[in-house]
Amino acid sequence: MLRLLFFLVTAIHAELCQPGAENAFKVRLSIRTALGDKAYAWDTNEEYLFKAMVAFSMRKVPNREATEISHVLLCNVTQRVSFWFVVTDSSKNHTLPAVEVQSAIRMNRNRINNAFSLNDQTLEFLKIPSTLAPPTDPSVPIWIIIFGVIFCIVIVAITLLILSGIRQRRRKNKEPSEVDDAEDKCENMITIENGIPCDPLDTKGGHINDAFMTEDERLTPL
Amino acid sequence: MAHAPEPDPASGDLGDERPKWDNKAQYLLSCIGFAVGLGNIWRFPYLCQTYGGGAFLVPYVIALVFEGIPLFHVELAIGQRLRKGSIGVWTAISPYLSGLGLGCVTLSFLVSLYYNTILAWVLWYFLNSFQHPLPWSSCPLDLNRTGFVEECQGSSAVSYFWYRQTLNITADINDSGSIQWQLLICLAACWAVVYMCIIRGIETTGKAIYFTASFPYLVLTIFLIRGLTLPGATKGLIYLFTPNMQILQNPRVWLDAATQIFFSLSLAFGGHIAFSSYNSPRNNCRKDAVAIALVNSMTSLYASVAVFSILGFKATNSYEHCLDRNVLILINEFDFPEHSISRDDYPAVLMHLTATQPRRVAQLPLKACHLEDFLDKSASGPGLAFIVFTEAVLHMPGAPGWAVLFFGMLFTLGLSSMFGNMEAIITPLLDKGVLPRRVPKEALTGLVCLVCFLSATCFMLQSGNYWLEIFDNFVAPLNLLIFAFLEVVGVVYVYGMKRFCDDIAWMTGRQPGPYWRLTWRVVSPLLLLTIFVAYVTLLARKPLSYRAWNPQYDCGPHSSPNVSGKVSPDKTPRAGAVPLAPGETLPGLGARCLRAAVPASCAVGPNGRAGPAAHPVEADVEGQERRPDTDRR
Repeated sequence: MLRLLFFLVTAIHAELCQPGAENAFKVRLSIRTALGDKAYAWDTNEEYLFKAMVAFSMRKVPNREATEISHVLLCNVTQRVSFWFVVTDSSKNHTLPAVEVQSAIRMNRNRINNAFSLNDQTLEFLKIPSTLAPPTDPSVPIWIIIFGVIFCIVIVAITLLILSGIRQRRRKNKEPSEVDDAEDKCENMITIENGIPCDPLDTKGGHINDAFMTEDERLTPL
Repeated sequence: MAHAPEPDPASGDLGDERPKWDNKAQYLLSCIGFAVGLGNIWRFPYLCQTYGGGAFLVPYVIALVFEGIPLFHVELAIGQRLRKGSIGVWTAISPYLSGLGLGCVTLSFLVSLYYNTILAWVLWYFLNSFQHPLPWSSCPLDLNRTGFVEECQGSSAVSYFWYRQTLNITADINDSGSIQWQLLICLAACWAVVYMCIIRGIETTGKAIYFTASFPYLVLTIFLIRGLTLPGATKGLIYLFTPNMQILQNPRVWLDAATQIFFSLSLAFGGHIAFSSYNSPRNNCRKDAVAIALVNSMTSLYASVAVFSILGFKATNSYEHCLDRNVLILINEFDFPEHSISRDDYPAVLMHLTATQPRRVAQLPLKACHLEDFLDKSASGPGLAFIVFTEAVLHMPGAPGWAVLFFGMLFTLGLSSMFGNMEAIITPLLDKGVLPRRVPKEALTGLVCLVCFLSATCFMLQSGNYWLEIFDNFVAPLNLLIFAFLEVVGVVYVYGMKRFCDDIAWMTGRQPGPYWRLTWRVVSPLLLLTIFVAYVTLLARKPLSYRAWNPQYDCGPHSSPNVSGKVSPDKTPRAGAVPLAPGETLPGLGARCLRAAVPASCAVGPNGRAGPAAHPVEADVEGQERRPDTDRR
């Protein structure tokens, strides 16, 4: 009799928790991906912890503070490791609505992850999207800071170059300009002999004395 | 007996004596920096890979010998001989050719506008590389923080960062949008840096060039060493350099090789004329021309080895991720224990499962993973730098450091090319004396930079990228070809071959040999004419179009994957966009997405939804035409 009752209870439980059952969720763990050599084996003790975490999450929902570990049912545990779970109410005949379970899990996702040393990617609740953490944005974007530094350096350099250019020009203007005129006159005198400019002389039959053009002058050294 | 050169008109020498390079190294580095540009990094490797690897070097070297070096020598010689910028030089040769000089200056102005815009993008990426994790490594979260932004999920994090967070691009060129202020201040910074370096002409350029010309080589070497030690690098290199001699029968190969050499050496801009006009008259420009051209080509080869070792690593990485993803899908579906299927076991296991449980396997979103598909996913132009390479850098340990180095290298490469562009504008203006002599040179350079900056703000609009592509494709190439043709013809036939050869003999000590005379007289003009005609023919064949990024474009069912066939290597129906950057071709990916666009029913309508074609998205599947000019330099 007792055995029959036991079978009945497990049969009812089995109906409540089935792959694809109403209000059931599939969970997938990737322990070896997350922990590598330090991976633990998935056994019934870990399942117990999982049930405890789910019950803990449900207890935080108003009106569900009476959720017990025995209300959480697991089934279809595979080697992957993946399984399905449902949360039943106190009568153990009905499952709690999926929306409640979903919001409870989302609220406590961090705690559940930490209990198993996993993260959102390695402990997956299919159909329960996790709230992604926003990237930490500094108050001032980094690129503006670096831009400011570079721009200031460039502006300072330009100012220095302009100022030194002005100073150079002022110094050149201060030198007696007569010296420049004299130099120009000398150049002009050199190139004009007897009123005839020198340059066209060559084309009018003048010859270049090759003796004065050394081999070195032909090519500029590197 | 050497004839004396024609008297130099003294008035052209800026009043005082003409500025001179401090030493020959500055001059050589400036010319090398001008010739070696972004195109050496992101155009040549792509060409090598597309046109049968090592086999591409054959038309490339032939073009270099018969077109590149002769034209280059002409420019250097004429600038050194006549000691003026481009306007002065061509006016001196013949008053009827003065328009050529003016054209060169105008073209340099237009090119510098959008070239510096690209540098602004590079600077933006450089500034954003100083953080970990890199901002393009993950998608931003959507509003209720349960997933990622839809546009990002449909394409990829790097594409999203480029198209949305950097450019904030509109779907259509008619839709200008607003100015992107973050790019605007980057552009201002770029022009400030350019101004700082050219403020006193070659006096300051000569100092800056020591850094900007040598830094890229340092970084390339670092990347080469790092790249060769990464797993999968050798696969990329083998794929790149495996020669496929059959491809030489395709005339497009020869056209692209000739065009690449021409644009890569930055001919017909007037920049080399300007640089060599500051030389001492008796400088061996022949040796310089050959040396600089060879250095340019060697740099292209060197860069392609570095780039392709990194891309090989990226392809291997993506291939392994693809396999791992498939393995995970199988494990999750059939509840196998973790790590029970290795990458090598996967094909056998898949076959076994397909045989035993075909229906379950057919439902799975498995993808066919072939290494060749990932190796094929190369790109050229900005697409290589801002999408492909940024993604490759993400997988390397110490990613921010590599990103900083990479974008720093691109910035200095572009900067040294900008020097040449700006000198091509400023030297003729100085020679012509547009501003009175009292006005200092700093004011002229400042004015030019300011005008350029204000004009370039149009590229900072949301549709600016489209305008840049149009500028790049249609403004520069044809004009340059015409100018180069007129240059060669002008020097050889108007100035006179004999006079020119005598000038060179006076400058270098030796008359040019028969190789030079033949190429100048016959081969180069003919080659240029052929390239020009081929270019125009190719342009005329296709309707004018541009590639758009439309976030609402849905490629539809044509790109759904199936297990048996070769499949679009990326996600299923792309809620994202036509995933092409200007100048980028992804033969495996883009082609499949675009082919669906060709039937009128699937083209993009005015509201962005799939519907009757109003703004046809270009179905440039082959993707060989319309290569931006900046790509090549």
